[in-house]
Amino acid sequence: MVKKKVAKKGQRKSKVKGKKDNLTIHFMPYSEIAREDSIGRIKKIMGVVLKNKIIILQGKLRADEEARLIENSMTLIGNIEGFAGVEIATISGDTDGIGVFERVRNNLAKILVGEKDAITIIGPASVVKDITRDPKKIELMLSGR
Amino acid sequence: MIKIIRNFARRLFSKFLANKGEIKLGFYGSPNAGKTSLANRICQDWLGEDLGIVSRMPHETREIQIREDVVIEKNGKKVNFNLIDTPGIATKVDFEDFLKFGLKKKEAQSRAKEATQGIIESIKWLDDMDAVIVMLDSTANPYSQVNITIIGNLVARKVPVLVVANKIDLKKSDIKKVKGAFPEYEVVGISAKNGENMEEFYEELFKLVKRAK
Repeated sequence: MVKKKVAKKGQRKSKVKGKKDNLTIHFMPYSEIAREDSIGRIKKIMGVVLKNKIIILQGKLRADEEARLIENSMTLIGNIEGFAGVEIATISGDTDGIGVFERVRNNLAKILVGEKDAITIIGPASVVKDITRDPKKIELMLSGR
Repeated sequence: MIKIIRNFARRLFSKFLANKGEIKLGFYGSPNAGKTSLANRICQDWLGEDLGIVSRMPHETREIQIREDVVIEKNGKKVNFNLIDTPGIATKVDFEDFLKFGLKKKEAQSRAKEATQGIIESIKWLDDMDAVIVMLDSTANPYSQVNITIIGNLVARKVPVLVVANKIDLKKSDIKKVKGAFPEYEVVGISAKNGENMEEFYEELFKLVKRAK
């Protein structure tokens, strides 16, 4: 879990880091999270998001990791000034219409090297207003800066 | 702290109820998809009373709401449900969004805090469901990560899912798009507000029950 800094009375809340007028995109190759456990992955992702950067992650998180990422974000809202949560979207490789052999090969590759045939975009809600996703397209709407 | 203990006790109590043969039916989805509206519609149909308050303002439901012993009858078969209406799951909660609905800053901040706690509770309750209705607003883009995350977590827990596309009474409703986004699931289009297509919904609900543990 990401360490939570709770502001006590009279204490200043921690702030989201990063320059306000800059937009930074952080590419995270799958190898960077491959050996991490779920907690480590989320900690790494939240560390970047809290610096006001947008992550382009090669691969995707598991459903339980996404749920944990949401839980984690929720605990930080109100405790970190300027943080209102995250926007997240994943786009996966198309497996429709492929043969059985190809499907088995893909699944085997996923087990061996992880799910690399996907791209996940994660950004702080203060920077990314909305992400709309169609099956083959992701559109980012940035907040007025 | 009291809230956490109370929620834990409710979850424990709900687990105890599971032994009595009721189906714990969860309502999940994004805020304002119409979860409480559908739960109310079911309660009105079979009990003649509402379960919760409905509002245009997002995150109206910020605590788990349970209605026990809702007996639904279809084709001579009766099933006893515990309806569990959950707060809408979102990846972000900004108190400033509530200001647009006329709330004062402090009220908005308090509502945002409760909303974040509600989302955490909803996620925790995923472990306790026998079957789940994933509620979507058929006028909105169905390819939302929240919907995918909810369904992914239910599949991992082997909880059967029925996708319900709400608000089919509205012009912008696009049920085909919802079906296209979730080709592996049964999708039933309804209007929880005016009760449109509820017969088909109950039929699909009974099919869902058959797949429940």
